[in-house]
Order: sequence, then C-alpha cells, then structure tokens
Amino acid sequence: MAVIRIQREDFDAASEASALTKGRTDIGAVVTFTGLCRAEGGKLAALELEHYPGMAEEEIARVVADAEQRWPLQGVVAIHRYGKIAPGENIVLVVTASSHRIAALEAAEFLMDYLKTRAPFWKKEHLLDGSSGDWVEAKEVDDRAAERWDVAQDGG
Amino acid sequence: MKAVYFAWVRERIGKTGEEILPPDDVKTVGQLIRWLSAKGEEYAYAFEKPDVIRAALDRTHVKHDVDIAGAREIAFFPPMTGG
Repeated sequence: MAVIRIQREDFDAASEASALTKGRTDIGAVVTFTGLCRAEGGKLAALELEHYPGMAEEEIARVVADAEQRWPLQGVVAIHRYGKIAPGENIVLVVTASSHRIAALEAAEFLMDYLKTRAPFWKKEHLLDGSSGDWVEAKEVDDRAAERWDVAQDGG
Repeated sequence: MKAVYFAWVRERIGKTGEEILPPDDVKTVGQLIRWLSAKGEEYAYAFEKPDVIRAALDRTHVKHDVDIAGAREIAFFPPMTGG
C-alpha cells in the first residue's frame, strides 16, 4: 500500500503527493518533506550515497509499517536516492496523508528521524578541488531525535 | 556464511564482501568481529573501534550479543547517515 522506492534518478515531490490523494475524499492533510543536498559552505561538489541493496527497501518498509501502527495514515510515500547527488538536488522524500494534520505531521517527522538512523545509507563527500572527502559522521542529535519516539511509545 | 561490508568498513577491508567460515566457538556478532579483526591489518583497521560498528544479520539490524547461528548473510557498516 505504501510507496517505497530506492532509486538513482530524481523524484518529483509534487506529483508523488498528488498521486497519493488522487480520487480520494477521506484525506484531510498531506505532509511532504524533501531532504536536499547542501553545499556545506561551498566546499562540496557532490555527496555520494552508498546503500545496502535489499536491506534498504526492507528497513524502510519496517519503519513505514511502524508509522502506520502508530498513526492513522491513509497513505505513505518514502523515496530515497543513491549515487552521486549534487548540492541543491533531492536526496529523500517522505509524504504522509491522514484525515487530520497532527497524524500526518508527526508521522512524517517520525519517518525522517527513523530513516536517518535505521535505513542503511551512507554519505561520502566529494570536494570541489576534486578530492574525495570524508564519510559523513552520524550525528548524536539524530540519535536523540529518533530516541524520543521510543520514549513516547514506552510512556503509552 | 557471506560477509558484506559497506562505507568505510568496505574501504578499509578493501572488498565488498566474501565467504567466511568462522570456527564453531565464534557464536555471536561481537565474537565474529574479534575473529575477523585477527584476519589481517586491513580487518584490524576496519574493526579498530568495535563499539562503533553496526551489524545486520540477513538484512535486519542486530546488536553485538546476538547469535549468528543459521544466518546466511552478515553485514558490517558504520552508523548510518542517510536521510
């Protein structure tokens, strides 16, 4: 039911969102989140995204299923790109649709927090001087962001 | 079983994956990391900070104390940075 895609090519956020609501009258809220590649102060030529084929799809499906259990969602789209991505280009798309806005907003935030910490993707920097930069390091703040949903669930 | 490596774990070891045959006394993910570390300099470098290494058994995230028995594929990688 949910749309999950791992792809090299770009996506169109607007058309993905409208496909989700087409012909439906039960959806009252659609949240669209697009993550883009930053230039990091102008030093970055591109990010190269490596992924674990097979597991990437399966793990995102697990995270989406988790979101569908927590919130009443009428539709979910999760698209994650891999390969070389230039500053300004799209990396990830999450679209959530629900009858009411709170569920759509919270589920979108949950999906992004979990995708960042659980989906098997890794970013490597390619710098403008032609050199290969470092692997991007996982951020503590992303772990904390994901953990607050555990607390929310444990607390009832 | 098949071992696969990603990101800087792959770069340090110098291969994307390989068939491995750990001895019977290697029972958990953590023990397998220690066993692989002893295979050579490149492995020792890749696994120099074992606490940082994440693992997946048959494409599911697992902690280091999980038993590897029966698994067909084990993956080692750094903390994820997608999204």
